[in-house]
Order: sequence, then C-alpha cells, then structure tokens
Amino acid sequence: MISRRDFLQVSMAASALLGASGFGSWSRLAAQQALTQDQLLQFDTFGNVSLIHVTDIHAQLKPLYFREPSVNLGVGGNKGAVPHVTGADFRRLYGIDDGSPSHYALSSGDFAALAGMYGKVGGMDRVATVINAIRADRPDALLLDGGDTWHGSYTCLKTEGQDMVNVMNALKPDAMTFHWEFTLGSARVQELVEGLPFAALGQNIFDAEWDEPAELFKPYKFYETGGVKVAVIGQAFPYMPIANPGWMFPEYSFGIRDEHMQQMVDEVRAQGAELVVCLSHNGFDVDKKMAGVVKGIDVILTGHTHDALPEPVLVGETILIASGSNGKFVSRVDLDVRDGRMMGFRHKLIPIFSDVITPDAEVAALIDEQRAPYEAEMSEVIGQTEGLLYRRGNFNGTWDDLICDALLSERDAQIAMSPGVRWGPSLVPGQDITREDIFNVTSMSYGKAYRSEMKGEFIKVILEDVADNIFNPDPYYQQGGDMVRIGGMGYRIDVSKPQGERISEMTLLATGEPIDPAKSYVVAGWASVNEGTEGPQIWDVVESHISKLGTVPPIDRDSVTVTGT
Amino acid sequence: MQMTRRDTLALGLGAAALTILPFRVNAAAEDKIAEFTGGAETSGTGLTLTAPEIAENGNTVPISVSAPGATAILVLATGNPTPGVATFTFGPLAGSQDASTRIRLAGTQDVVAIAKMADGSFAKASSTVKVTIGGCGG
Repeated sequence: MISRRDFLQVSMAASALLGASGFGSWSRLAAQQALTQDQLLQFDTFGNVSLIHVTDIHAQLKPLYFREPSVNLGVGGNKGAVPHVTGADFRRLYGIDDGSPSHYALSSGDFAALAGMYGKVGGMDRVATVINAIRADRPDALLLDGGDTWHGSYTCLKTEGQDMVNVMNALKPDAMTFHWEFTLGSARVQELVEGLPFAALGQNIFDAEWDEPAELFKPYKFYETGGVKVAVIGQAFPYMPIANPGWMFPEYSFGIRDEHMQQMVDEVRAQGAELVVCLSHNGFDVDKKMAGVVKGIDVILTGHTHDALPEPVLVGETILIASGSNGKFVSRVDLDVRDGRMMGFRHKLIPIFSDVITPDAEVAALIDEQRAPYEAEMSEVIGQTEGLLYRRGNFNGTWDDLICDALLSERDAQIAMSPGVRWGPSLVPGQDITREDIFNVTSMSYGKAYRSEMKGEFIKVILEDVADNIFNPDPYYQQGGDMVRIGGMGYRIDVSKPQGERISEMTLLATGEPIDPAKSYVVAGWASVNEGTEGPQIWDVVESHISKLGTVPPIDRDSVTVTGT
Repeated sequence: MQMTRRDTLALGLGAAALTILPFRVNAAAEDKIAEFTGGAETSGTGLTLTAPEIAENGNTVPISVSAPGATAILVLATGNPTPGVATFTFGPLAGSQDASTRIRLAGTQDVVAIAKMADGSFAKASSTVKVTIGGCGG
C-alpha cells in the first residue's frame, strides 16, 4: 500500500516562481507580472473529493495587509514544532526563498518592504474567484467555513454580522462552525443561524442548563460528493464563556468534549461515512492533541490560532490543515477515498494576492453594497502612521502599543491592558489611518474601556493567569488568545515555568520603580468579560489619541523580556 | 480628561479572591480516601471521570463518573476547604453505575473519584480542572 505521505504534493504556491533573486531588485509591477492567477490556482485535480477551507475571516471583506507573527512560542511537546516556527526558521523549514511571494505571505521579516512589492492580500471578492475556479474543476467541492466570520470590522459591528452573512451566502458554503459569532449575543446568533442556507455545526455546543447537545446546532452533517459519503463534524471554540463574555450567551456551554467527539465519529462511521472531516475552531495545538486522542477522523480543518501552513501536519492517520486568517488564504484539499478509506491527498494553501487574482464582479458589487451606507464615516482619515502597525504575535505588537498609549493618555492611567486577540490587520509605513482601520483592530460588542485601581499583587495574578492560558504545556489547558498586552509597565516572563513563577521584574516604566504588590495602580483596559463594564468605547479612545498625534511615529519597544524559549 | 464616578467603576474581574497557584491538596482529602479504601491499593482502570479541562464557571462545574460493576463511588474536590463532594452507592438492582452532578471549585485543582468494585477492589481516576479569570480570547 502506498503511504499517505507519497501523495503529498508540496504546494507553496509561488515559492518556486521567482527564485532567489533577492527582493530589492524588482518593482512591484514586475512582482505582480511574474505572479499570475493561473499559477496561484494551478492544481492537478486528484482523487474524488475536494474540500475548500476558509477560516477566521474576521469580517475582512476588502484586501488588506496582514503580517504573520515573529514570536509564536510553543511549549511542552510543541516546543519548536509547527506552527511555532517563525520568520527565517519557517522559511528554512519549508524551503521558501527569502524575498519570495511565499516569504511575504507566510512568514514575518522585511514585511513593509515586501508589502510594497507584492501589495495587499485577501478580499472576499478574490476569495470568490478562487472558490469558483476550484468548483470549475470539481463542481461538488465542499466549502467549509471554520468560523470567526461574523466579527471584526466596522460594517460587521454596525450590521451585527449581517454584512458577512450576506457575502458568505453568495459564496455558498456547505457548513460553518463558530467562535466570535456568539459575542453578537445568543438571540442574534439564533436569528442568523436560523436563516442560514447551510449547516451550522458544533458537536461541543451544549445546552448549559441540561448539559446536552444544543438544539440549534447539529453535531455533524452528511454530504454525498464524488460518490463518497462524507461526514463533516463541527467543533466550535471550546472556551467561549471563559475567553469571551459568557453573560452574552448564557444558554450555551462548550468545552473540548473529546469523548463526545469520539461518539460522533463512531456514530457517523456506523452510518456509513467513508470520509470523516472535522471542521474545527479548537486552535492548532488543541486539534493536534485531539487528533491523537480521538480515533477515526481523516481530516481536521483547523482554525482559531490563525496559522497558515503550506503543508498538512500528520498525526497518526489524521491530516491537519491550517488555512490562515483574514481572507489571506484558501486551502484546497483533494482526497482519494476508496473502499471507505482515505487513500491519499493533495493539498495547496492558496495565498490570495489581491493584485494578482481578479475580483469576482458579483461578489465585489455585493461587498460594496454592504459598505455603501457606512463608506463616508469609515473612510475618514484620522491620522497617518510612519511605522508598521501590526498585532499578531505572543506579546505586544505595535498596534497594541499604540492602543495602550491611547488608554494611558486618554484615560489618565499608569498601566494599560489590551487583550491578546489574534485578529487585526496591519498598516504599512506611510499609510493613512482611517476610522475603519481603527475598528479593524478594536471592534467588538464589549469594547468599553474601563478605568480601575488594582493592587500590584493582583496585576501579577492577572499576568500569571493569562500566561498559563497560553503557555500551559498541555494544549487542552490553553484557553485561547495571546498574552495580554501591557502599556506603562515592563516585565520578564519565563515561559517554561509553571503558573505563579513565570512573571518577574514588573516595573512601572514612568518611574523605573518595581511594582509594589501592596500598592494600588490606576489601570485602564478594554474588552472585559464582565457584565456592566463602563467607560467610553475603545475605538473612540484610540481615535481621539491618534487625531491628537496626527502622525504616529514608528514604535519599537522592548518592555517585555522573554526567557525559557 | 474629566472622570465621572461611573467611568471609574471598578473592572471587577470577579476573581479578586483567586489565588495564582493551583490549590494544594487538602489533607482532609487524603483522610477521606483512606477512610473509603481502608488503605487498599487503587487501580487506574474501570472508572471514568468526566470533567471539563477549564471550568466555564468555577461555582458550578459539571462532572460525571461511571464505573460498571461498582458498589460505591467517592468524589472529592481535593483543593476545596471541605473536599468531600459525594459518595454514590449502587444497590444490586441498579441498572447502571453512573452519576452526574455539579460541584463548586475554590480554584484550579484535581477532582478525584474512587470506585469500590463488587469484588472489594478499588479504582481511582483524577482530572485537573482549571479555574481561570478568563478574557483575552483570541
């Protein structure tokens, strides 16, 4: 028998196209001319089933810049394992040439220069073109959306997700699972889900009162495609009420529930499923662990942690596919399923270079229609940035530093805290900062900026708690986001230590003095998960700060020292 | 910038009492186990304890135990001030030896279950449940 690995087609879409010419030597036009839509879409159709995976779009309908992380630390058994490999190490691992389109799309380093050359990425009208092209090859390909779709932009906030529902419906997905969608509140989620022309899946979405599967969400759905009976099992984000405000959706309980996942796999196999696909929002490391615990899943389409991997990761007989975020990538997975078994696969992570892929006219018009009522207020220029503004990474990005600065000055605080979310596009040096850009990194249904006094001791408790939610060596105990972003205070963290021993040398930057456990400090922050949080909306705080600055100078801070990596 | 009283309302993370270290095993838990088993050895098979990895609400954590053939199952929250949660006893006519309940956990700790089998042997299962402040969900 031929092993699955033999079927693997290494697919870094464009890495070989330009060679190692060094990125300084071409104009952007040349870069675009060298890269064609046909090359990006090139794929030798394989087997009898095709899956198309998009995830973590975060309501980004239009092309954008998105810098991949330079710091993404793995701990425990995942130390040094993908996706915890970044920058040049990532490129060496996958044989990606420096300065190549794949360098720009998949890794950090020289981001601003490469952005100038290759331009923006994403745009749901471009994604539509790619999906249509795959469907032209394979008309019954399944389109699966991993969630975090109805959150993250000005129009999404104002329409409570309606803009995304309208645009996604036009792409005709077959199924979807969920995370940030629930922060619209359970009533709105129910309203939108009931109107979906495709399956809303989540085997781990339970009724909180009765601790039994919630009626609104089905655990799985069967599809007949290429003569194969395919079961798609949904897995919503497991830590909804912990990482996000549970009071907004008190009817629901989540959790990983891997025993129940095993039951569902066994159930669909008993009903004749020849291929079992898990559409997951667990996050990569949790999915990797689950793939080893639950037997019988052929493909896990992972989401939540925004990783983009050019090759599947194999765990036993299961392949894990990581398709990035923000509409920057579409994964195509072709499978050969025979005699009730997955015999082989071919995979391609397709980067959506916005200047290379022709927008689908119909979807482009639909996007503009969603945006039209808000265009004037969204496009207002608030300031300019001289440096690169980005968020993604385990610790503060420059966007977070700017947001923390806004909290410190506008809220007259000593210390600022900003949540370690993974969403939020980047802005390149020289770009205008519009109101829309500010909403892209702040919009949420619980965005009020609190101001509070906290003892030094309690600030440490918070940092230790959040650090354990990302650096616990067991992925099942990692609750979600990256490290909370801190302004006005420096600290040292040893990621290899247990909870309670990771954080040290907390220092108030304004005075250079150590944080006194017994002393109270004025702390400003946003995105509290507690009901009744009061204060101005964070986007108003940030807008006010940027408009006062006019031009935001480049930000380069090193107030967090990381060890134990 | 002028601050109103309402603006300064405390964030109230709702966890001011939460300590940063996992709760230590209460000595009373060891006593309870010794009392239940009479000091006998416990095996790792025959008992399934289901608990969430991270509690959605530390005040009401759903757990369930299942031990086919057991006559009694002891459940302990080893880090609580009073570790005893429940002892479920099953008569000879019991259709199954399963039980579910919700328990309150003072902080991150191990929940332990011990089943007494019909032949007098004991099985033990343990699960760490994390109680966290939350927030920051990527």
